[in-house]
Amino acid sequence: MPQSVNPMVEATSIQFKSNVKKALVDEQLQKALGNIKIGFVLNRKIASERLEEFEALRDRARDIKTHTIAHLDAYLEIYQQNVEASGGHVHWAQDDTEAREIILSICQSADAKTVTKGKSMIGEEIAINEHLEENGVEPIETDLGEYIIQLRGEAPSHIIAPACHVSKDQVADAFRETHTDLPEGRSLEEPDELLAEARAMLRDKFINADVGITGANFLIAETGTSVIVTNEGNGDLTQTLPKVHIALASIEKVVPTLEDTTTLLRVLARSATGQEMSSYTTFSTGPRRAADLDGPAEYHVVILDNGRTDLLAGNFSEMLRCIRCGACLNHCPVYNSIGGHAYGWVYPGPMGAVLTPGLMGLDEAADLPQASTLCGKCEEVCPVRIPLPSLLRRWRDQVYARDLGDWQTKWALKWWAVFAKRPALYHFFAGPKMRMLASWAKKQGHLKSIPSLKGWTNSRNFPAPQGKTFQQMWKEQKK
Amino acid sequence: MSARESILNKIGSALDNAGDKTARAATAAARIQTPPKNLIPARARVAPEDQVQMFRDWAEEVSATTDRVETLDDLPAALAGYLSSQNLPSEVKSSDDPILGHVDWAQLPTLTRKTGIAEETDTVGLAVAFAGIAETGTLVLHAAPENPTTLNFLPETHVVVLPRSRVTGDYEATWNRLRNELGTAPSNLPRVVNWITGPSRTGDIEQKIQLGIHGPRRLHIIIVDEA
Repeated sequence: MPQSVNPMVEATSIQFKSNVKKALVDEQLQKALGNIKIGFVLNRKIASERLEEFEALRDRARDIKTHTIAHLDAYLEIYQQNVEASGGHVHWAQDDTEAREIILSICQSADAKTVTKGKSMIGEEIAINEHLEENGVEPIETDLGEYIIQLRGEAPSHIIAPACHVSKDQVADAFRETHTDLPEGRSLEEPDELLAEARAMLRDKFINADVGITGANFLIAETGTSVIVTNEGNGDLTQTLPKVHIALASIEKVVPTLEDTTTLLRVLARSATGQEMSSYTTFSTGPRRAADLDGPAEYHVVILDNGRTDLLAGNFSEMLRCIRCGACLNHCPVYNSIGGHAYGWVYPGPMGAVLTPGLMGLDEAADLPQASTLCGKCEEVCPVRIPLPSLLRRWRDQVYARDLGDWQTKWALKWWAVFAKRPALYHFFAGPKMRMLASWAKKQGHLKSIPSLKGWTNSRNFPAPQGKTFQQMWKEQKK
Repeated sequence: MSARESILNKIGSALDNAGDKTARAATAAARIQTPPKNLIPARARVAPEDQVQMFRDWAEEVSATTDRVETLDDLPAALAGYLSSQNLPSEVKSSDDPILGHVDWAQLPTLTRKTGIAEETDTVGLAVAFAGIAETGTLVLHAAPENPTTLNFLPETHVVVLPRSRVTGDYEATWNRLRNELGTAPSNLPRVVNWITGPSRTGDIEQKIQLGIHGPRRLHIIIVDEA
């Protein structure tokens, strides 16, 4: 049985800065992060360019989500009616505790010993694995990435590629440590050997599981359908073979119709991995029908709030459009420098920096909204056009208003204000400094080290000033 | 107050300044009743024969293999030929789809075909597609008593028969066909509708794409012109 030391329970968003320091010097992590740029980013570009309607479809996708969120209670009620009409059950959970209790009690009614799991960020959010284990039910992650991090006792570091921080050799180590029934001297050098071993190990788990838990990318009001989007096929084995299927979702996953879902699917995979469509998109409606030969006898959906209604009420409703593609992570210079774990909870990158303070409370995650250069790339690639930089700024305003920032920042801002309000004073100090920096840098065009700006120059070059301040140049232009 | 009421009330009070709940419910019901038209990519708006080619091109791009035969009589030989080319046993676990019932399987006695759900020991699953979508080379299959879902996921090799007349340009055409054939009530939707685009794949180890992690390693599609 995989040992689980899942750090989810203890979120570390509050110590973001020290997490970052560790991440920046983690050589293996830095190497792994390089893969994202060549993989996801390039492939998204290719996929988006070869569908001429892609930009227009993003507008449609945004409008569908905006409309649904503006009528959220109505669509959720229609959704529930239709799930029940096809023989399924809907359970509502206000927070993680309620969700865990609901899931455990379904598992206990099914006398479950083992539970297979498809990848679910809601499952991570509510830390369901620990709760099941504590109560004698063994959860087995079946998505390869999730399986790897479960063996390593880690949290996911990316919302669609949970083990993207792990190297092939580390996977081999984890397999050797856990699959102790297999011959010690076996070769695990090649990726296909790792793949074959994972496939073989998980086969029995799929077949013997009593309950299958999956996430849900969408809930369709029109038909009471839950949708999963996967590439491995693990989600389908998870939800087809056991006698009970539980789908975990949150309130904002609902969309009106099959056609609306289709529009969202046209932008989801292209934004996420750059695929035209993921390998498996599965629309599930209710339990096994009377004459069916397979499929689960029970079908449950858990709908979680866990702070989302607060986002809706608190000027962050745009965040509820998110369809969890991960494009904002892949394109973020900050995420690409520090990886997912530094963010300290289940949602990293720009979407995580907006979502986490909303779901955990700003006190627990006040540094996350600062973890952005506001370069705008995230908004540029977001399939549902969430204005992530504006939302980050909204959180920054609250951090300042509630006095949650650190004293250095506040002190620096105060002094900045003193100078900014007094142009002459500003020029008196800035003019000589610009000339000095420009003459230091002279040829290279950048500075490798500035004593008073070590925080910057330790990890980056400082672009050299032109030698004149903006005010000087303005004056000269006017002449 | 139940969790349900509490959540719905919170949503309601956040949305109420933009209108009341009755109005929201009416708008939602009306939109489901009369949905706006989707923006359907122009890509697949081509002649039917070109749609077949487009379907094959996209499917092959994601590592599926395709074949095309004229009639259902050609199916056993095409299937047996594929299995031997992959060094697979001449044995399939098959759906009981009426289309396969029209095939004269006895003409090829070396090929064993059993119907039913897929089990761990089955190496090849044989199914019939409800549709093939040219836009992305996506197969549509759905659960039914004669079409068990396990056939699509458990065996290492998945062979899918696709009647040529079922190739369409876009996904929307398939939703319409499902509603026309099975009825528009929500509970008429099959228990599971599977969109399948290529075989099982993962990029979870160092972002290198590998096939066949949990679902089928191979997806072979046989298009039948007259079926």
